[in-house]
Amino acid sequence: MTHLSRRTFLKSTLTTAVLATVGGTGLLATRRALAAEWPKAAFTAKKLEEAVKALYGTDQMSPSASVKLKAPTQAENSAQVQIQVSAEMPNVEDIAVFVEQNPSPLVARASFHGAEGYFSARMKMAQTSDVYAVVRSGGKLYFTKQNVKVTVGGCGG
Amino acid sequence: MATDKQTKIRTRIRNGVTDVLVLVDHPMETGLRTDKKTKKKIPPHFIQVMSFFLNGKEVATANLGTAVSKDPLIGIKLKNAKPGDKLKITWSDNKGESGTGETTIKAD
Amino acid sequence: MKKILLFLAALGVIAATSPAVVADPASDLKNFREYFKKKFPSVPFDEYANGYYYLPGMESYREQWQLYNEFPPYELGLSVGKKIWETPFKNGKTFTSCFKNGGRKIAQYYPYWDEASQQVRTAEMDINACLKKNGEPEFTNLDKDQKTRVKLADVTAYFYSLSKGERVKIDISSPGAVKAYEAGKKFWWQRRGQLNFSCANCHMELAGKNLGGNQPLSAGLGHPVGWPAQRLAWARLETIDQRYATCNKNVRAKPFKHGSETYNDLQFYETFMSSGLPLTAPSMRN
Repeated sequence: MTHLSRRTFLKSTLTTAVLATVGGTGLLATRRALAAEWPKAAFTAKKLEEAVKALYGTDQMSPSASVKLKAPTQAENSAQVQIQVSAEMPNVEDIAVFVEQNPSPLVARASFHGAEGYFSARMKMAQTSDVYAVVRSGGKLYFTKQNVKVTVGGCGG
Repeated sequence: MATDKQTKIRTRIRNGVTDVLVLVDHPMETGLRTDKKTKKKIPPHFIQVMSFFLNGKEVATANLGTAVSKDPLIGIKLKNAKPGDKLKITWSDNKGESGTGETTIKAD
Repeated sequence: MKKILLFLAALGVIAATSPAVVADPASDLKNFREYFKKKFPSVPFDEYANGYYYLPGMESYREQWQLYNEFPPYELGLSVGKKIWETPFKNGKTFTSCFKNGGRKIAQYYPYWDEASQQVRTAEMDINACLKKNGEPEFTNLDKDQKTRVKLADVTAYFYSLSKGERVKIDISSPGAVKAYEAGKKFWWQRRGQLNFSCANCHMELAGKNLGGNQPLSAGLGHPVGWPAQRLAWARLETIDQRYATCNKNVRAKPFKHGSETYNDLQFYETFMSSGLPLTAPSMRN
């Protein structure tokens, strides 16, 4: 416990002047809270199954027609691929989007405490890949997937 | 540290459902790009947490990673929102910077 | 994409198409419109104002484009432009003092032939002139300084947004204007660069084709009305001159400078060829 506090504190002092001027204990508390809010292990996992497991505690998921994923079949630009996920089932707790062939498959997730089971985002794809939309409802995982083609190149400059 | 980066919100009520779209001025750097001039890797700089509040109550929380596009556009939907309701979005990134945006939901 | 172009060029598939007879602007315009009407009979005239998204075969890209337009990323740059436009100069005046009608509903007349200075003037030039007139620093070093150029694109985009929907109407009545038009026209039809393409090759003959599977080619008709525009690849608003320069570079031709007479005349020609189309700037383009 002490060891962890010291490492975190040392890391804090190496960051910007603005952060260092904030009271030490208050800063540590905020940073730890932030770490809990952002699931690092899930976002840095290199394989789809690992990312799902890190995020939800299990990689067991069933395909479901109630999970709808809208994504282009061929993206106009690989850095701006628009996707929309809607879960047509009651009690949607969480939605997560993965690009299987990305270096770290987990793109984003949303947890719902009142909002509908819907999530949309624009994302980057490293290459043509299956895109997975995973939904947690009633503690169980459901998913759908779609292949999105991405080509490199085009006149740009 | 709060930034002056724009956080824009658009809402639209259709068939009793409010579409919420948030557009944030943010580089969402992956950490994989190299600066052409300095030849150094541009460090990751991305929004990690985005929270949605309807009349002060948190209704959704998003976690984003570096694969979310530059100037991220995030969308959610609300069923129990009405014109006049206050919508607030806050976000924080891996560098400790944060931003916020607010809007009042309008009738369509 | 470059491999495909080289291949096609080698095959001699892309032929030169230039007007056989020196015609007047009015008949050039008529021929230009008829060419596209014949090529794409199903595309309504006004849709050309939206770029290639409405050409046959581009349906998948159109769907994505329509989704983007629910909340386009250029709204960020547009807000920056609005702020610049509305912030008073040190002398208390704003940009509105430099433009007819306060800058509203006049962009459809740009670029215009300025009889006094005997040159084509673009919106960017008039914005800079306004700054100079009011003792403020102009937007300079546009070829090298991306940040400054994008700021100029942002405020130019805001200027154009004040005229969104207005139909292009370029005054070409004076001899000087016709000369500038002819210069722009010559540039448009001339082959250039290592890849030896003219604007006409890609934006007339090959309009609607998707080279290499990811370089869709737009029609010349409607080209300038969406600019300043945001490309997905650039993720920022940019000036039309930046697009001209990067496109020239892509056929390995020498790019010209921002604000050069060459690009001003080109924009003059292109805009006249889009007469009657509604302004859509700023927009998502490619």
